Amino acid sequence: MIDLLTFGNLINTTLVFSTALIFAALGGLFSERSGIVNIGIEGLMVFGAFAAAVGTHYAEEAGMGASAPWIGLLTAVVVGVLGALIHAVATITFKADQTISGVVINFLATGITLYLVKLLFDGAGETPLLANRLAKLSFPDIASIPVIGPILGTGLLNSYPTTFIAIILVFVTYYVLYKTKFGLRMRAVGEHPSAADTVGVNVNRMRYIGVMLSGALAGLGGATITLTTTGLFSHTTISGQGFIAIAALIFGKWNPLGIFGAALFFGFAQAIRNYVQLFEWSASIPQDFILMLPYVLTVIVLVVAVGKSRAPAALGEAYDPGKR
Amino acid sequence: MNKFLKWFASDSFIVSLAAIFMGLLLGAVVMFIGGYNPITAYMALLQSVFGSLDGFGEALREMAPLVLTGLAVAFAFRAGMFNIGAAGQVLMGMTGASLIGIKVTGLPAIIHAPLAVIVGALFGGLWAALAGYIKAKRGVNEVITTIMLNWIALFLCNYIVRTFLLMPGSQRSLDVESSSWVSIGWLSEMMGNARVHWGILIAILASIFFYYFLWKTKQGFEIRAVGSNPEAARYAGINVNKNIVKAMFISGVLAGLAGAFETLGVFHYQSIYSSLPQYGFNGIAVALLGMTHPFGVLAGAGLFGMLTYGASGMSFEAGVPSEIIQIVIGSIIFFIAAQGIVRFILKPVYKRKKEKVL
Repeated sequence: MIDLLTFGNLINTTLVFSTALIFAALGGLFSERSGIVNIGIEGLMVFGAFAAAVGTHYAEEAGMGASAPWIGLLTAVVVGVLGALIHAVATITFKADQTISGVVINFLATGITLYLVKLLFDGAGETPLLANRLAKLSFPDIASIPVIGPILGTGLLNSYPTTFIAIILVFVTYYVLYKTKFGLRMRAVGEHPSAADTVGVNVNRMRYIGVMLSGALAGLGGATITLTTTGLFSHTTISGQGFIAIAALIFGKWNPLGIFGAALFFGFAQAIRNYVQLFEWSASIPQDFILMLPYVLTVIVLVVAVGKSRAPAALGEAYDPGKR
Repeated sequence: MNKFLKWFASDSFIVSLAAIFMGLLLGAVVMFIGGYNPITAYMALLQSVFGSLDGFGEALREMAPLVLTGLAVAFAFRAGMFNIGAAGQVLMGMTGASLIGIKVTGLPAIIHAPLAVIVGALFGGLWAALAGYIKAKRGVNEVITTIMLNWIALFLCNYIVRTFLLMPGSQRSLDVESSSWVSIGWLSEMMGNARVHWGILIAILASIFFYYFLWKTKQGFEIRAVGSNPEAARYAGINVNKNIVKAMFISGVLAGLAGAFETLGVFHYQSIYSSLPQYGFNGIAVALLGMTHPFGVLAGAGLFGMLTYGASGMSFEAGVPSEIIQIVIGSIIFFIAAQGIVRFILKPVYKRKKEKVL
């Protein structure tokens, strides 16, 4: 039987895997809620992961020590926004096909970042390993409490600061989207842009804000992976997480709380792979099937429980004020 | 002939050409900023593709899977779906071909090779049809299922290779029987052992089939109707669900063919992959370069294949990181998609043209 401490660790690993997905999927949410498809989340995460590694590296060289990762995080946000700006200009101002533009972002991101890595670090394929990464918060006092200690102390609270930021952002996003004038306008622009225009909402400005927020958040998501898991940026740092985030966005039905649930589910399915191996019966299951588990679980849940999810009505259409 | 000339002078042709030129120019600027000589670099690129017969053969070899995956993505697009799962379907195609190529023995080549190709294509087709079926039955967005099915295919194919086909002590399968090879021996010999195979011919035939099927048959009309407006299609009495599954199946068959030819024509074995191969994303890029038209896809794959194959020569000869080619390809697609930008830059040219007409 699984003991409490293992259970606490399982929760902890789930949170580590979920954090980047929460950031990136929330990013996708802002863009798509304003009516702009963002298949480029993967590329924006690549930009973020790269910027975090480079920003932290130079902050370390400037002698910033343990606070260097925070500079890296900030760099990732800025670079993520700049990357998203390409998408915004193409799709909003020049009315380019949104899917195509997103694919282009993915292409440009890997091209530009790896090119720059080679230029900055004398032809190397990856950035130097960072000495300073984000550290997990620790609460030994709480962890030592019986029964709830392992779950609360070891499991939930003993996490990276980015995890807390991500969870707080879920609720902030919910509040902003559903309880503020800004959020109402953003949703209106994604559902019925001409109606929003009629009542005086600047459609294109709202969409620019949505896409740029998605760059900032996806950048944070990519940075999280560099600064908590890999400690450097290479071509393998981001490999498909952006697409899983898009899956979480659709799975969560374009709702911040749904996304939170979906990201936790993906994180849990990833984490449980590591724990299945603790059971004796798992030895009889081929390794490949254990690796497959998160994806199979997702398909089953989608088929059995979730079914159709409704996208924002005006998603994918450039706004043309002259069109009826 | 007149029609042909008109097409060359057509608006979309000029804009595409301008987009390619601007992409290459942007790449040159990026190289220049990085301290490289763009002219040397592009010359090295051209040299490695056109400088020798075996280079040209290898570039052709690179094109075959690009055309097929590009067609796969484009076909799904025409049916109103986004198939991000070409990578998984390619892997399934490889696995189907490997199973027949390795496990079936004693057949003459004239039966063995086509059988392996067909089974590979079916594996890819059924894998994609699964996503179509889930969409038709349960309304689950195909983007999310094809992403998941990619990863499932990766591990499933690795399992099959590891368990049934493994070359002991290595991370790959046994070699497929030579009777299942689809290489073109005499052409390979002529081209300095470049790994040319029948896949490139099949790819060209596939693009003709794509065109004929979608625009000249009733079934193709139904698929296009579902793609442009499913509600209207339903109202007109078209079975939308059946067409979704059918379109995904055909899309998957095309991707599966790409995989089968890679195994039977190029590698002659199947690797155990540690992450998803690039086929899927390249297919999306080619489909977009070709504006989801079958003949556009052919041209797009030609350009893409030439650039990616030449990139290695470029980094070898001129020392430019090969990643620059991704920037070039990305910006070409960008300029083709955002034609507004191209037209904006071409404006002076267009103005003069109009004046002439008046």
